[in-house]
Amino acid sequence: MAKRRFKGGEIPTASMADIAFLLLIFFLVTTTIDMDKGLGIVLPAEGEELEIKKINILNCLINSQGNILLGGEPIAIKDVNREVRRRLAENDKLIISVKAHEKTKYGDYVAVIDQLKRANATRISIADTD
Amino acid sequence: MKLSRKVKISSDIPTASMPDIIFMLLIFFMVTTVLREYSGLDVELPKAKRIQKLKSKRHTAHIWVSKQGQISIEDKLVRSDNIRHIMYTKRAADPQLTVSIKADKAARMGLISDIHTELRKADALMLNYSSKTAID
Repeated sequence: MAKRRFKGGEIPTASMADIAFLLLIFFLVTTTIDMDKGLGIVLPAEGEELEIKKINILNCLINSQGNILLGGEPIAIKDVNREVRRRLAENDKLIISVKAHEKTKYGDYVAVIDQLKRANATRISIADTD
Repeated sequence: MKLSRKVKISSDIPTASMPDIIFMLLIFFMVTTVLREYSGLDVELPKAKRIQKLKSKRHTAHIWVSKQGQISIEDKLVRSDNIRHIMYTKRAADPQLTVSIKADKAARMGLISDIHTELRKADALMLNYSSKTAID
């Protein structure tokens, strides 16, 4: 008498690849490759105020209309890069102090910081708004 | 005439290890995926040229600032004088924390300056002004 009760207890694995593919595609789609990008800046620590010689400071003021005053003279945004580069060549200890009006648009401020970064200015100070 | 086939070349591609390969890829993507945690506010980011990539998403805290002057952290609207407490906790948990400011280009500097002051008080000094790449 042939006992043929045991019919083999296999889990069908033929579709496993399909399931894995599906999950793979899901994670491929949801992965965000685009990293956040932006202008990096380091704030000074609290209570870290230094006295700096006046000759080493270059004031950069931005008014509420987005007009820029660099070292007391009005300047167009696209010329800031060149002018700061020139001044840095004269004095490499130069600290650029950026001061914006309370109502200045953030976009104008970022544009100035970008110009300073492009002039390879490493010492950028951000003054409080008035 | 009887010819015995001696060489029998199998023409199949072995697919037995395919699930393993796919699982490996799957695990790679599962581990590297960082799902977008917060939706933030609707902002139009400013454009800049000299931009850097943020080092790691895991060491980043975002602050959204809208055109209307709303501030949002972790999808909660906060007042500017509360940033200090939130950021202080975050900074204590992660010393490598970088704060990414996602502010609208029409946001007012008065508010951004307030955020600067708060972040300095919270000792979160590494900042990143989130911006798009400018092309000219």
